[in-house]
Amino acid sequence: MDKFRMIFQFFQSNQESFMNGICGIMALASTQMYSAFDFNCPCLPHYNLAYGLGILLVPPFILFLLGFVLNNNVSMLAEECRRPRGRRGKDPAVLRYMFCSMAQRAMIAPVVWVSVTLLDGKCITCAFCTSVPVETLGNASHPRLSHGEIQRILARIPCKEIYNGQQVIANEVAVRYLRCISQALGWCFVLLMTTLAFLVRSLRPCFSQAAFLKSRYWSHYIDIERKLFDETCAEHARSFAKVCIQQFFEGMNTDLVAAGCHLPRKAPADTGEAAEKLLGITDQGTMNMALKSWHRCKPPLQLYPPALPTGNGWAGEGQPPTHPSAPQRETAAYYSWV
Amino acid sequence: MDRFRMVFQYFQSNSESVMNGICGLLALASVKMYTSFDFSCPCLPQYNMAYGLGVMFVPPVILFLCGLILNRQSLVMLEEWKRPAGRRKKDLAVIRYMCSSIMQRAMVAPVVWIIVTLLDGKCLICAFSGSMDPEKFVGFTNVSTGQVQQLLAKVPCKDDELMRNNTSRRAVSRYLRCWSQALGWSILLILIIAAFLARWLRPCFNQATLLQAHHWSNYIDIEQKIFEETCCEHSRLFAHKCILHFFESMQKEIKLHSFSLRREGEEAEGEENLLRGITDQDQVNKLLKMWYYEKPPLDVSQAHQR
Repeated sequence: MDKFRMIFQFFQSNQESFMNGICGIMALASTQMYSAFDFNCPCLPHYNLAYGLGILLVPPFILFLLGFVLNNNVSMLAEECRRPRGRRGKDPAVLRYMFCSMAQRAMIAPVVWVSVTLLDGKCITCAFCTSVPVETLGNASHPRLSHGEIQRILARIPCKEIYNGQQVIANEVAVRYLRCISQALGWCFVLLMTTLAFLVRSLRPCFSQAAFLKSRYWSHYIDIERKLFDETCAEHARSFAKVCIQQFFEGMNTDLVAAGCHLPRKAPADTGEAAEKLLGITDQGTMNMALKSWHRCKPPLQLYPPALPTGNGWAGEGQPPTHPSAPQRETAAYYSWV
Repeated sequence: MDRFRMVFQYFQSNSESVMNGICGLLALASVKMYTSFDFSCPCLPQYNMAYGLGVMFVPPVILFLCGLILNRQSLVMLEEWKRPAGRRKKDLAVIRYMCSSIMQRAMVAPVVWIIVTLLDGKCLICAFSGSMDPEKFVGFTNVSTGQVQQLLAKVPCKDDELMRNNTSRRAVSRYLRCWSQALGWSILLILIIAAFLARWLRPCFNQATLLQAHHWSNYIDIEQKIFEETCCEHSRLFAHKCILHFFESMQKEIKLHSFSLRREGEEAEGEENLLRGITDQDQVNKLLKMWYYEKPPLDVSQAHQR
């Protein structure tokens, strides 16, 4: 548990580490998915190719999209793309940087899937078993077998239990041949991807380092600004709700006093804090009425109704409600009842 | 748990330790990759050598490139190499030092792969079974030349019907494995002796230059990290200010339309100091550009005199 928490904290400590963590988890998930998947070649002439290539190419596409979905920054990028200019210009370099870094991370899990698939060999064996060069590897001199028959026999290569073409071509020879090709393709693919990654990383300092520093700073800034804005709004909402509810209870109290239902609130000779928290509601009937009123008739989202003429003239002290100003309104409201 | 945390903290404590950690992880990953890779020799005359040598040499290249990519210092070195001189001279000795330390660390995982491959023997048996001299082995002497190549190529495949009970197959296989393991151990011995000599004889040559290069390469790395951290801190404060300002201006607009007392309370003065007077986009861009094009001289005494 402690170990997990420490690893979790390390990855949360900064945004990039977090994204790298998700990336790594998806790559592991990809290998796990492959080993858990029960590959079943259909062993029929036209279906083999579709099945084999489908398993090779469709899950990577899904993993790629999943990589985007799980990335929090996608919505940030979309927002930044679509917002109106207003008083702040939009920098296409920053948008490109954000998109590129997201795409690079999302590419890792699909690349892992394709590599593992090719190195394992089952997909290519299934997809291309009908294209094995029978002339060189086996015994093609079977005049009584038509092309279609040979195709059907070859299609059964991946399914050893039902293979009936030992005299045409030995099963082990064909499987070894196909697996060799598949593994060669796999290693070449991994080499190509690694070389690309290396070039992308190492050519950047040679060409556009200043622009890169700028884009990185501003994309980080946009992310932080969005988070801070959310936090400020949450803080504001909390204060707003607190004052609103406070006013509701005060309102109830006033109504009850006005209707003569119970005595006005005792003077603060009582245990001050406890009395304040009770907000003037001290018996079952009043509480039930408060709860009913809360359900039937919620108060409006307006903390200081504008320009109500009252005796002591403090009506306009606070700011008008439903507007995202700083959360100092709470203090002002408490003053009003002192 | 405590031990794990200590090990973790030790590796995080400085950048060299992090690199050594990554190097070790890659070496372990290399061994794991080899054991989980399902080696299957094609047992065909033209394909064996390509497959065997391919499996022996392509993954080391991949591991080498991975070692370079995962090492943060390689980027730092490239930046230092490519930057304009500006007000800070470039020291080629430092760049050479960084380059050699990066290369050494990146070479560990490929070497581990090659040695494990040789000690295991499968790759060499697959690659060179077709190049054996059939005269040396009893079972292959009476076979025609066309056939002998085919047979020799099938030696790595134990389960092939032709090879199942062939004693000469085992002889060829043992012979090749013996060579492979001898080669593996020799390479390991040579590398360890070379590493030992390099470490032991290093203080005899240019120790002072080495110490300087080591110090300044460490400095460049730390400076880069601290710059990034300072930029992060700055952007956070910048964002905070921006949002507060936004809220204040909204408030002012509303105040114009309603009667209300002036709200007081400004943000703490301390934050103004941390922003260091950089408060808009153009100033930040200029700062970043200046950092790249004209790094400051390595002289902080002026700051004290001010």
